[in-house]
Amino acid sequence: MPTTAKKLVSALALGTLAAAAGCAGTTASDENVALRMTVWTSNEDHLALFDSIADAYIADHPEIESITFESLPFEEYNTTLTTQIAGGNAPDLAWMGDLSADLIDSGALVPLTETLEGAEGWDYGDLVPSVTGEFSRDGELYAYPFSNSPFALYVNTDLLAEAGQTLDPAALTWDQVSALGSAVHAATGKGGFVVNDFNYSSWNTLATVWTAFGASAWNEDGTECGFASPEMTDAFTFLHNAVYTDESMPGPGVTADFFAGDAAFAVAQVSRAGNLDGSFAYDIQPLPQGPAGDYSVIGQAGMGVLQSSAHVEAATGFLAYLTDPENAAKLAQYFPPPRQSLLTGEGLAANNTKFTAEQLQTVVVDQVPGAVTLPNHTNPAEVAQKAKTALDAMWTPDADVPAVLASVCDAIDPLLAA
Amino acid sequence: MADTRIKPREAAPASRGPAARRRRVWTMSRADAAAGYLFIAPQLLGVLVFVIVPVGLAIWYSLNEWNVFTGATTFVGAANYQAALDDPQLPKVLGATAVFSGGVVVLNLALGLALAVMLNRRFRGSVLFRTLFFSPVVVSVVAWTLVWGFLLQDNGGINGVLAALGADGPNWLQSGPTAMIAVTFTQVVRSVGINMVLFLAALQGVPGELYEAARLDGAGSRRIFFRITLPLISPTLLLTAIITIVGALQSFAQIAVLTEGGPGLSTTVLVYYVFQQAFSFNDIGYGSTLALMLLTFVMVLTVIQWQLRRKWVFYED
Repeated sequence: MPTTAKKLVSALALGTLAAAAGCAGTTASDENVALRMTVWTSNEDHLALFDSIADAYIADHPEIESITFESLPFEEYNTTLTTQIAGGNAPDLAWMGDLSADLIDSGALVPLTETLEGAEGWDYGDLVPSVTGEFSRDGELYAYPFSNSPFALYVNTDLLAEAGQTLDPAALTWDQVSALGSAVHAATGKGGFVVNDFNYSSWNTLATVWTAFGASAWNEDGTECGFASPEMTDAFTFLHNAVYTDESMPGPGVTADFFAGDAAFAVAQVSRAGNLDGSFAYDIQPLPQGPAGDYSVIGQAGMGVLQSSAHVEAATGFLAYLTDPENAAKLAQYFPPPRQSLLTGEGLAANNTKFTAEQLQTVVVDQVPGAVTLPNHTNPAEVAQKAKTALDAMWTPDADVPAVLASVCDAIDPLLAA
Repeated sequence: MADTRIKPREAAPASRGPAARRRRVWTMSRADAAAGYLFIAPQLLGVLVFVIVPVGLAIWYSLNEWNVFTGATTFVGAANYQAALDDPQLPKVLGATAVFSGGVVVLNLALGLALAVMLNRRFRGSVLFRTLFFSPVVVSVVAWTLVWGFLLQDNGGINGVLAALGADGPNWLQSGPTAMIAVTFTQVVRSVGINMVLFLAALQGVPGELYEAARLDGAGSRRIFFRITLPLISPTLLLTAIITIVGALQSFAQIAVLTEGGPGLSTTVLVYYVFQQAFSFNDIGYGSTLALMLLTFVMVLTVIQWQLRRKWVFYED
């Protein structure tokens, strides 16, 4: 081998060894630990709160050099997080929504129950049982459900008054909402009721309606499709009539933003109240009753530790600190908490200028314990896309509702069975 | 020429020692070749890093199943290729791809050529019209598509104009045929300017005396266009056909922003389907298989056009 080539090979070998040694050092080292958590908020107040909690933790833990909160755009959050994991650049901790099922089932998350139960003063029993299910498998918690925001019915009382309509909160049903919405549309040309974020695409948000009819997307263990059930047929018949017969729900391709004053009602999470800018008078009510009676639905977000982290122990320790009773109370300023002790109307009203303590008691505190979550399944994106492709046929005036719903089951059955 | 430079060095006696041998190895022809390789090295490096290696990796991924959350890969052989054959959605996707690409290519070339022929004449405002038709090319594709998304809503600008004219416009993005028309139209309007400019340049290269001679011989406008103009600009026609087909097969943002492939699968073109499989469903293996299928389509179409050029491109025989 020529001398130059020998030198080159030696340099490469040395470089590789040095890099390997460097990597090994990083992995094994318990000092100068740098933790990173991906989040989808870019709200400065949220990030300032997280930073302040992290600073307090670092002050007591000299081995932790830094804790960074990396804001990723909400729309691309799942894709970016997945790409980071696949590319070997996974964060130590991450927020998660519907990706949680995939992360848990693939063993990518660190089990938390033992750590949190053993953490001094953490009070694991304070967690509301209904909010842990989405992030648990076989009784083991894999992510702390830090945000549990119930869906509620926002009402534009100005639009109702303009149409000469009044709302009876004591007997609020979906039929009543549709009738009022239809009247508002006829009188003002504005939309009746909208399901926020649905946009004739994100069909899982319609669980806020079909649960009122006793329907569910699939059975409890996610193996059998529920779209072809009579209850689901009733729910979609109601929605189809609302769009094409009663015209109480804006149809596909029609923009109607409740928070811009374009609709009389909106189903949206309580946490969206920040979008109310005072340009119209409003009210908030629990979701209307349907044939199945009272019900409530929450949208959740969790925080977990990734198994691929080089500092699992440090990351889990920080998560336990971030979610202990004292810090959970701070997080509750912005995110409806999972702890029974923090779920009070007065407590929530202290940081909410849009609603009274009584309203928050009704639409949050009273709803969380018995709430169901939006449908979520392993491989959420493919299930969502396959069902959406089939459901698109629903949104034409002459759609055959039972046939379309049967086609949804045909599309997702192989995924549910997998 | 090369011989006159090289031969004296090749003829140098071998007895001049190591320095002479080194000089013989470093001949002028080799120096020229080295310089040539240095010039193409940046491009070669780019192709290697951004084309050859990714294609090689895509082939490897297509033979494996990759759990992106754990990093575990399992060799599955041809299973992803079999899955493509068994995929009930794929024929619909390929159909949508053919309709979209075919529509874009035909409309783009026809409209680009028509605009170029019209704007090739000097008239008041011709420069303004050229700028107007070219300007969408320099606009961000996402911004362009977002604006069209608002215009194409049921209560959007286009139906507003139609209503003012007494017509009831369709809900453009909510039924298969109109959604396909919408995505094709927005793609054509955005990209027709580049073809128009290329055709304009080609038209201005056609010698004026040929037109003069044809007119003296009594040829009409139609005959002049098909017998003189079209043959003489056929190399440009070949170029625009290739880049338009490749561009159409790679159109992603229009679909992602305007329709997300819907309604149903009516506007799900292959490149969007690849994205869904690989990055939404995290099925990197199957996504890579489909990406290789797309690459094969592009290559086959390009080769076919290149081979056919002898038949329809002037100067090629």
